[in-house]
Amino acid sequence: MRIRLTFAKQGALRYIGHLDLHKMWERVTRRAGIRLAYSQGFHPQPKIQIAAALPLGFSSRCEIIDMWLSEEIDLSGFAEAIQAAVPPGLHIQQVDIVDDRAPALQTLVDSAAFEITLLTPADDELPRRLSSVMESETLPRERRGKSYDLRPLIESLSFISPDKITMKLAARPSATGRPEEVLDQLGIPFEETRIERTQLILK
Amino acid sequence: MLTPEQIQQKLDRILLKVIKPGRYVGGEYNITVKNWDTTPNRVAFVFPDIYDIGVSNVGLKILYDQVNQREDALAERAYAPWTDMELFMREGGIPLYSLETFHPLAAFDIIGISLPYETLYTNALNVLDLAGIPVRASERTMEHPLILVGGHSTMNPEPMHAFIDAFVIGEGEEAIHDVINTVARFRQSGTTGTRENMLLALSKIPGIYVPSLYTVTYQEDGTVETVAPVRADVPKVVTKRMVAKLPPPPTKFIVPNTETVHNRATVEIMRGCTRGCRFCHAGMITRPVRERSVAEVVAAAEEAIRSTGFEELALLSLSSSDYTNILELVTTIGEKFGDKHLNISLPSLRIESVSIELMERLKDRRSFGFTLAPEAATERMRRIINKFITDEDLLNTTREIYARGWTTIKLYFMIGHPSETIEDVEAIATLAKKVLAEGRKVAGMKVKLNLGVSTFVPKSQTPFQWVPCDTTGQIKEKQDVLRRMLKDKNIKLSWTHAEDTFLEAFLSRGDRKIAGVIYTAWKNGAKFDAWNDQYRYPIWLAAFEEHGLDPDFYTHRQRRLDETFPWDHISAAVRKNYLFQDFRMSLEGEIRPDCRQKCYACGILPTFSNQRRENPGEGWKCPDVKSPAKQLSVISVP
Ligand code: SF4
Repeated sequence: MRIRLTFAKQGALRYIGHLDLHKMWERVTRRAGIRLAYSQGFHPQPKIQIAAALPLGFSSRCEIIDMWLSEEIDLSGFAEAIQAAVPPGLHIQQVDIVDDRAPALQTLVDSAAFEITLLTPADDELPRRLSSVMESETLPRERRGKSYDLRPLIESLSFISPDKITMKLAARPSATGRPEEVLDQLGIPFEETRIERTQLILK
Repeated sequence: MLTPEQIQQKLDRILLKVIKPGRYVGGEYNITVKNWDTTPNRVAFVFPDIYDIGVSNVGLKILYDQVNQREDALAERAYAPWTDMELFMREGGIPLYSLETFHPLAAFDIIGISLPYETLYTNALNVLDLAGIPVRASERTMEHPLILVGGHSTMNPEPMHAFIDAFVIGEGEEAIHDVINTVARFRQSGTTGTRENMLLALSKIPGIYVPSLYTVTYQEDGTVETVAPVRADVPKVVTKRMVAKLPPPPTKFIVPNTETVHNRATVEIMRGCTRGCRFCHAGMITRPVRERSVAEVVAAAEEAIRSTGFEELALLSLSSSDYTNILELVTTIGEKFGDKHLNISLPSLRIESVSIELMERLKDRRSFGFTLAPEAATERMRRIINKFITDEDLLNTTREIYARGWTTIKLYFMIGHPSETIEDVEAIATLAKKVLAEGRKVAGMKVKLNLGVSTFVPKSQTPFQWVPCDTTGQIKEKQDVLRRMLKDKNIKLSWTHAEDTFLEAFLSRGDRKIAGVIYTAWKNGAKFDAWNDQYRYPIWLAAFEEHGLDPDFYTHRQRRLDETFPWDHISAAVRKNYLFQDFRMSLEGEIRPDCRQKCYACGILPTFSNQRRENPGEGWKCPDVKSPAKQLSVISVP
């Protein structure tokens, strides 16, 4: 049985990385008395898929994972059982049953929306800098020695208030936009912000 | 003092710059967060190494629960930040804080530091300094928390005497409550609440050693002449605390959100050991043996797995095979957990075929290897250390282990035992090769052997406390022999660096003069001494030089038979005479069998006769005490 969970990851959990999150779910389900399906082989691994790795330091309202259970279960009370077994900062938002043969979760992600809080409010120039980014044809940059164009990865970029902006970036395996890079383009130091992923848009 | 909010704001700006920020933010499952303002007694427990190592420490977990069970007290945790984080904290003016509520450590009433081994000493100093608390005990006032230390290293507390207000000698489960109550009385009473009075009152609690209330004089040759209390009402000898009946084991283990060294739930099945291996510090200082019942262990294991979700369960003791109902225990555990994708570990098994059956009943997945600890490879050596097995026992057992499907065996040996010769060391390599060769006969070329060869350090309160530790030159020569003889790629040899052994030796065998050396070494940058790559050997040598002391005096000197040791005023309840007799027996190559069969009157029973009388029967492995209780004046805890 394949189950899709949507959850928020906040507080101290912002500093917990992708691999650790995997392990965490294994323990959460064991605490909740839910039996995961395991892979075959010498080192059996629980079958869990995480939609898109969340960078360290980001919080999120919209993480998605799929997990396979070793038995068919009744979902009433499931969300509550899980919620009681998670560490502080994690909130279950939605539970769905997914067709076993549906494509791997990672391949479904299309784009992601972020909300950026500026720890020091920006100057009056910020809206203009935002428009100039959006108006450019191309934004050539480098990532790990490879040049790429940031512009097509930005789907939208909005000024909300002097200490808040939002953006929607491509999040396909072949083309992923990173909020830090957009911030850098805007001249905002990453350490001066709080970033929250607010939505993962699936195909 | 910074508020928790201010600390968190500062942290937000640095955490993404350090390795593994998850170490510094708390928020784990199963932590206890109490209301700071309404809870009067606040204790911070510190394991002075990084989070990854400290968070799974069982001793602190027991105390954390003990304190948090009280309505009137709270316990929180802190660990030593890694060097990158320390730099940012010092730069940003962030004091060491607790992971539960982000209060600075200096805001607590008591800081309890765990010092199970000596290579944590400089880290303990660093922790105090990072907390903004004077490192020297004499510079602290009532404004500062009480600095309390516990753990096996306290069996010789003297090297740390200058930095610690009070040591808990022995087991802490009950003593911690006495300390909290006493400190509370002095914090709450206005004028009488001087630090001196508080320390005096603490010294009257059984098992609490307050070093500032003792003076030491030395002989001309540098050895200790006398250790005497400064007042008549301070005990001459501090005897360890011991809980007559083991309290229910902790089950709500803190589940780290990040990968750490041990990710497991543990149940201590028994405390103490009756084997009497002469090199073993733990075996000598944790007597008497007290066992938990099978029912209690199984219930705790179930609850611990349920409440943590850990993938590993470890049944802890110094010698699992000696647990009375071990077969019943592993059968039940195996049946209950065998199919739950759990690893179950059962350390310290005897070298005999029964051990293999035990592992099979646990449904061991054979992926972690099978561990045995012969410790020595010749009959002469085995008689000296009082751990007697024959080569035949070992080979029969290892052959059987390979035959039943384990591909890797781990064998632990020790070099540097008293009177060890190069032949005794060569015998380790020869025996290892034989183990592998025999394994190949039954299971083919895939079999592997991991050989862990550590170096013996003679510890206080053991029969070997009189003997010298090998010099770094001797150790290196012996290790060369092993490396030269063991070239098979299927034998993986690991060893302890000679310099690490040297450090451990003078720290554990030192007197009060070593405190100055520790302070100087720390000032000059020594910390994380338990980490090979961090250990700064030249800094330590320079510190000895600066204080005009010779490290060899502490590590390589055969001590006089009538010598007063720096730790003689601390008692593990095993008589010095008994240890001496055992030392003499070792010189004769005489074995002292397991004292479950026959009591050798080591000193435990006279010291704890009342406790034994009140807890008769199977729980303890010492004989029952039949004599009527003597009329004792009731010890009143101040
Ligand atoms: S009192 Fe006797 S039985 Fe008990 S630990 Fe000592 S020697 Fe062993």
